[in-house]
Amino acid sequence: MATIDSVSSETDAHAHDSHGHDHPSWLAHHFDTPEQQFDSGKLGIWLFLVTEVLFFSGMFCAYAIFRMLRPEVFVGCSEFLNTKLGAINTGVLLFSSLTMAWAVRCSQTEEHKKLVALIATTLSCAMVFLGVKSIEYSHKWGMGLLPPGSYFYNAANEHPTQEQLVELHGFSDSMAYFLTHSLYFLCAPFALIAAGVLVWLIIAKVTGKDFQYACAKPLLVVALSFFGGVGLGTILESGGEHHGEGHVAMAGDHGHGEEHAEGDHDDHAHEGGDHSHEGEVADAEGTVGVVESPLGEDYAAVELLAENETNTGLKDLVAAEKAQQSLAKGQVVADPAASDLGISTLDGEVNTPKQAGVFFGIYYCMTGVHAIHILAGIGVLVWLLIRAIRQDFNRQYFGPVDYVGLYWHLVDLIWIYLFPLLYLIR
Amino acid sequence: MSAHGHSTDDAHSHDGHAEGDFAHPMPMGMLFSVFFALVFLTVVTVAQSNYNLGSFDIAVVMFIATIKALLVGLFFMHLAFDKPFNLIVFLSSFVFVGLFVVITLSDAKMTAPSFENITDEPPVASAEL
Repeated sequence: MATIDSVSSETDAHAHDSHGHDHPSWLAHHFDTPEQQFDSGKLGIWLFLVTEVLFFSGMFCAYAIFRMLRPEVFVGCSEFLNTKLGAINTGVLLFSSLTMAWAVRCSQTEEHKKLVALIATTLSCAMVFLGVKSIEYSHKWGMGLLPPGSYFYNAANEHPTQEQLVELHGFSDSMAYFLTHSLYFLCAPFALIAAGVLVWLIIAKVTGKDFQYACAKPLLVVALSFFGGVGLGTILESGGEHHGEGHVAMAGDHGHGEEHAEGDHDDHAHEGGDHSHEGEVADAEGTVGVVESPLGEDYAAVELLAENETNTGLKDLVAAEKAQQSLAKGQVVADPAASDLGISTLDGEVNTPKQAGVFFGIYYCMTGVHAIHILAGIGVLVWLLIRAIRQDFNRQYFGPVDYVGLYWHLVDLIWIYLFPLLYLIR
Repeated sequence: MSAHGHSTDDAHSHDGHAEGDFAHPMPMGMLFSVFFALVFLTVVTVAQSNYNLGSFDIAVVMFIATIKALLVGLFFMHLAFDKPFNLIVFLSSFVFVGLFVVITLSDAKMTAPSFENITDEPPVASAEL
């Protein structure tokens, strides 16, 4: 508990020397024994974690309601979330949980050097997580995958320029600049912190302040880890971008797009433009087989096989075939912008502000609040790191390490649920 | 909260601490095996997302996530060796989360037809459109 720490801060440089049960400096005067102090603090942190669980449950509930009402929006939108980045971040957080649990052990066994190293490793993992996260965020912001009010994603122009943002979507110049260069804005505070720690390190070295130097050394590594995360995210993001393929598969194994097209057919037919063609694709279903298919007599068999849920490849083939046939019969005047047939159009149904926008609103809320918890965790871990360097903790007084560890594990636990719920939707 | 609660659980203090010690350091082997189990389950959950399991999808995903959460809770958060009261406090929060989510979801389901229609147009792609 906080009171223990404020009481002990004056004299606890010598705390590890006093093994007696009389009045060690780290034992607050209102506790009889170290164990009573530890247990009280632990109950306190558990009550705090309960409030955290209840707090996050509000967002999980919003997620559950929207997913229940519009499942197809979640399937469509999770295609934009890079599973590789999510999986790497899961691994990083799990590893930081391991080092945190290990750090608690080291504080109990009084391995001071190891404790410092493990807390610094946990902090570095937190920074790598944030670095990967900022790649994810900036990538989405540039594409306009934003909450409803500012959502501007369009499959035909995935990465609009700054001028297009101002002209087409009504953003101010500075906002458009921010959206197209958001990675720099996300990196800037961390670059400033890293530079600040470097200056601190040099000053501490020059003036011979050993303790400050010992603190600044691991903190510089921690601050630089953020850019390691950014680098890792850049590599994986550039290798993992294949939205197009994902959308083709969706057009095939997903009935919703076609359902909508049929239901809204009357409206769309009169509107003309690119929307007429969704209706036509649905129409053509009834008359398949009139025009000779390149698949020949096998077509019926292929269609039968494509009935199978798992056979996405053949489903795509059938979907493409139907689209081609409707084109061949001259029923469709294809819009040149949508000539990729079914990729952006069928799926395009959900890429609208009120559908995908709401999904991304929920996405930013959940991952953003989680990221704020990571930042808070970084704050308390830095405090812990400095105290560990001061060798404050011993086998009778390791509460703060344990409490921060519990908080850190809860943050990990929330991510364990967030990752499959957001990234792994089919 | 009793100062005498620790005496029965000496099996976990591997480092031969003196009588009044209440710290129970987790064995390294356990920490690492829990970590590798968690990584393995992450690989499993990513792999299963490549198969379309239909409506079982969400159930499978949540089942794996819950196993992972149990591993983290029981071992990394020491709940398996902790005072039972902490476990009760923590689990009670999930009772209320359950009540909250179930009641809100059923309300949303019943009132869904009266919601605003939320299909709209994608944003424009270029000035010509």
